[in-house]
Amino acid sequence: MFSNRPITPSSLSIKDLPWQILWDKDKCTLCGQCTAVCPVNTIELGVFRQREPQVSLEPGEITSNQHTFYYGIRQKTDPAYRCVGCAMCTMVCPNDAIIPAKSDEVDKLKFHLDRGGQPWRRGGRRNVAGGVLDQIKFIRISMLTDPALDAGRHEFAITSLLGRILPPEENIRFVSENGWIPPVREIYPLIIGGMSFGALSPTMWEGLQLGVAYLNEELAMPVRICTGEGGCPPRLLRSRFLKYVILQIASGYFGWDEIIHAIPEMKTDPCAIEIKYGQGAKPGDGGLLMWYKVNKLIAAIRGVPSGVSLPSPPTHQTQYSIEESVAKMIQSMYMAWGFRVPVYPKISGTSTALAVLNNLTRNPYAASLAIDGEDGGTGAAYNVSMNHMGHPIATNIRDCYLNLVTVGKQNEIPLFAGGGVGKSGNMAANAAALIMLGASGVQVGKYIMQAAAGCLGSESDRCNICNIGLCPKGITSQDPRLYRRLDVDQVAQRIVDVFLGFDTELRKIFAPLGRSTSLPIGMSDALGISDYNAAERLNIKYVV
Amino acid sequence: MCRLIAITSDDPISPMVALEALDVMREGHDGSGVGLLLRDLGGPFEQIKDAPILSGIFSDRGLKRLDRYMIDIGFMTKYKVTLKVPKTPPEGVPKRDMYLVRAYEYPEEWDDFSPEQLQARLLQIRLELRKMGEEKNDMIVFSFWPDTIMIKEIGDPLEVAEYLQLDRKSLDARVIMAQGRQNTNYEIDLYACHPFFIQGFSTMTNGENTAFFPISRFLTSRNFPGYTGYQSDSEVFTHILHYTFSALGLDLETYKHVITPLENEDLKDHPSGEFLKHLKQSCRKLIIDGPNCVIGCLPDNSIFMVQDRKKLRPGVAGGRRGLFAFASEVCGLDFAIPYRDKSRDFQPMYLDTVSVGPDRQEVKICSQTDPLPLRH
Repeated sequence: MFSNRPITPSSLSIKDLPWQILWDKDKCTLCGQCTAVCPVNTIELGVFRQREPQVSLEPGEITSNQHTFYYGIRQKTDPAYRCVGCAMCTMVCPNDAIIPAKSDEVDKLKFHLDRGGQPWRRGGRRNVAGGVLDQIKFIRISMLTDPALDAGRHEFAITSLLGRILPPEENIRFVSENGWIPPVREIYPLIIGGMSFGALSPTMWEGLQLGVAYLNEELAMPVRICTGEGGCPPRLLRSRFLKYVILQIASGYFGWDEIIHAIPEMKTDPCAIEIKYGQGAKPGDGGLLMWYKVNKLIAAIRGVPSGVSLPSPPTHQTQYSIEESVAKMIQSMYMAWGFRVPVYPKISGTSTALAVLNNLTRNPYAASLAIDGEDGGTGAAYNVSMNHMGHPIATNIRDCYLNLVTVGKQNEIPLFAGGGVGKSGNMAANAAALIMLGASGVQVGKYIMQAAAGCLGSESDRCNICNIGLCPKGITSQDPRLYRRLDVDQVAQRIVDVFLGFDTELRKIFAPLGRSTSLPIGMSDALGISDYNAAERLNIKYVV
Repeated sequence: MCRLIAITSDDPISPMVALEALDVMREGHDGSGVGLLLRDLGGPFEQIKDAPILSGIFSDRGLKRLDRYMIDIGFMTKYKVTLKVPKTPPEGVPKRDMYLVRAYEYPEEWDDFSPEQLQARLLQIRLELRKMGEEKNDMIVFSFWPDTIMIKEIGDPLEVAEYLQLDRKSLDARVIMAQGRQNTNYEIDLYACHPFFIQGFSTMTNGENTAFFPISRFLTSRNFPGYTGYQSDSEVFTHILHYTFSALGLDLETYKHVITPLENEDLKDHPSGEFLKHLKQSCRKLIIDGPNCVIGCLPDNSIFMVQDRKKLRPGVAGGRRGLFAFASEVCGLDFAIPYRDKSRDFQPMYLDTVSVGPDRQEVKICSQTDPLPLRH
C-alpha cells in the first residue's frame, strides 16, 4: 500500500476476507482461464514488481537496484468483488495452481456488505451446518420375534398420498352415494420442491422435468415436481407430462395468466396446485427475482415486461384473513379444474403452524399442508431472513402431526415437510426421520441442485450467489454463456441416479424396522435421539 | 413365534383338545403363557345363551368388590363355574385366588335396550371392571359377553390346563381358540395375552405387527371406548376387525383388504377396484406390516384365518364336515382332527382369507383378487 493511499472504513486486506486465493507462481501457466471464469471478477491479472539489490563487495563499486517483473493473479479486496469461494478457478486451472482457502478466523467482510445501504442479499441456505434431523437414529430394529426384511428382495410400497383423505366411514358412504370425494394422488414421498423457471436456468429446469418424466414413465416411480412461482412453459402446460407437475401460485401470481388460458387445451390435469403463503428460507418475504435475470423468455412465461425486478409481495394481496384467503383461494383453484385437482397451501415453518392446520382441518377442500422449515434454501433472500427467521421443521411437523392424532385426523390432511432435508448429505435418513415424526412426504430443492447439477453452495457461505444470475455452474443463471455449461440430459440422468439411490437407502432404513407394505408415517416408536431435551420435545425415545 | 389353534365343531368338545394340540406344536412356543377363548358353549351354558358371562381372575378382595359392583348395577348371578385349584401352582404359574366364569342375569331395566345399547353397556362394564382391577391390582377381566368364556394364564399351556382342570363338561364348546405364547417373559401382563376380544369379535396372532404404533394411535383416536389397552401389538388386529364390521359395515372378505390392501396394479384389474382403491386410501392407517398369521372368530361364530402381505408365518386349515380346525402347523391339525382328507388341507397364502361358517360345512377360500360380495 502506498503511503498516501486513502484508508476508508471499508478498506480490507485479503486477511479480512472470508476466502483467500492461494496461487502458486511455479505452477501457473498464465493461461488466464481462472480470471476468465471467476463469476465475481475477484481475480485479475496482476503485474508484480520486485526489487533486486545489486550489491558488490568490491570497493568503489556502486550498489544499485535492479527491478524485475512477474505476472500473476491478484485478489481484489473491494467488497463488491469479494471472492465467494466457488473455486471455479481451481476447476479450470490446468496445473492446479490456484485454490480459494477459507479464512482461519471470522471475516471482517460481513460488516461491509451493506454498501449503498442495501443489506446483504444472497442465495443458498441458513449458514448454519448440521441440525437435529441428523441426530435422529432408527432404533427399533426387528430382531428375534420378527426377522428384518430384505431391502433388496421384498416388495416395498414406498408411496404416499397427496390430497384430502376422508375418514373411512365417510369415504365408504360417499362411494355408495356417489358423493364428491376429494381427488387424491398417489405419489413418491420425495417431491422436488418449488424452484421457479427464472430462479433456475432453462437447462436446469428442462433437465429436472426430463428426469422426472423418465422416473415416471420408465421406472414407474411417481415422482412429482413443483414449478415454484414462475409459471410453466406453454408446451409443458399442453403436454401429457403436466400430470407430474405441481403448479405453484404465490403472491406475485407470475405466469398464471398463461396457465389459466391454457386450461382448455390441457391434455391432462396437473398433479396438484400449491398455494405458497410462505417459504422457509425467507418467511414473510416474497420472491426476489432481480431485473438481470428477467430476460425475454422469463418475461414471456411470467407475463411481465423483461428487464424489470420482480419482487413478489410478502403476502397474497387478496388476503384479509388467513381463513378467508385460504378458503377462497383453495376453492377458486378447485373450481378452475372442475374439482379434480388437489389444492394445498405451503407455509413457512412458524410457531403458529398449528393455527393454520386447525383451520385447514375444518376446510373440507384443503388437500394437505406443506411446511417449509428454517433450513430451506432459496435463490434470493436477505441474509438476515435466511439466517435468523423461521422455525425448525422437526418440531413443527411433530406438533402438527400429534395435533392431528389428538383430533383423530392423522393423515387425513397429509403433512409435507421441507427445509434442510439432506442438508448434510443424509437425505434418506432425514426424510425417513420426518416421515416417522408424522410427515407424509418431504420436499427438497437445494439437495437436488447440489446432487443433480453440482451446485457449489454450502452452509459455510460458499458461492451462494444464485441471486445475481452469475451461477458458475449455470444452474441459476439466465445468461446463455453460463447456462450452456449445464447439459440437460446429464442433469436428467443425475436426477434419476439421485432418486434411485434415495429409494434404496429408504428401503435400507425401512427393512430393518420391518416396514414394507406402507409408508411408516408417525412410526415414532422407531426413533431415538441422544439429546434428552430433543427427545422430550419430539416425544421420541432418549437413547445413549 | 407363538402357536395358534382354532377348532369349530358341531358337537361341543373339550378345550383340552386344543391345548393338547398346542403341546404337539410346542417347538413353537416356550410355555410362557396360554390364552383360551370358548364360544358357542355346550354344557350348562347352552341353556343360557343370552346371559353375559364374565371371565377373569380375581383376588378374594377383588371378588368382593366385583359382587358389590354387580349388585349395585342390578346384575344377578345366574350360573357359575368355580375353578378350584390345588394350593401349589405348577412352576412358573402365579398363585391366584379365583378364576371366575360367571353368567349373569340382566337387570330388568335393560329389557328395553336395543342390541346396540346392550352391547355398548356390556363393553362399558368390562372396561369399568378392568379399570377397577388395575387400580387395586385385584381383578383381571378378559370378557363380559354372552356365550363367551376366556381363560388366560402364564405358564405352560398343558400344565395350566391340568392345574385349572379344564377337562370338565361345563367348559365344552363348539368354537375354541387357543394360543401358546413364545418370547415373552414371566412378568408379562396378562392383558397382553391372546386371544383378544371385543363385542363378539376375537383374534389371536403370531408374529409381531411392526406398524402397531401408528395403528394403535389411529384406533385410540376413534373415540370408541373399547379401543384401548394395546399391551400387545396384536390387539389392534381384533380392533381393526371390529372397526371394519361395526364402524364401516364391511365384511370378512374386506377385512383382508383393509389390513393388507392389494397393489395398485392389481386394483386396476379388480372388479371392485374403484371401491377398494378408496378403501385402501382412507384406511391406510390400518395397513399392517407383518409377519403375522391372524386367526379369529366373528360374532356369528365363524372362524377365519388370514396371512400378512409377505406370508411369513405358517398356518393350515383342514377338517371334515362338522369339524374343522386352523392351526399354525400341520402336526397341530393332525392332533386335533386326525381323521380327515389331508389332501384337502389348505395353507392360505398372502392373498387368501379362509373361513368356516357357523354351519361348519366347508372351508371357504376367498382370494383378494375375487370380486367382493355385493354390498347393500
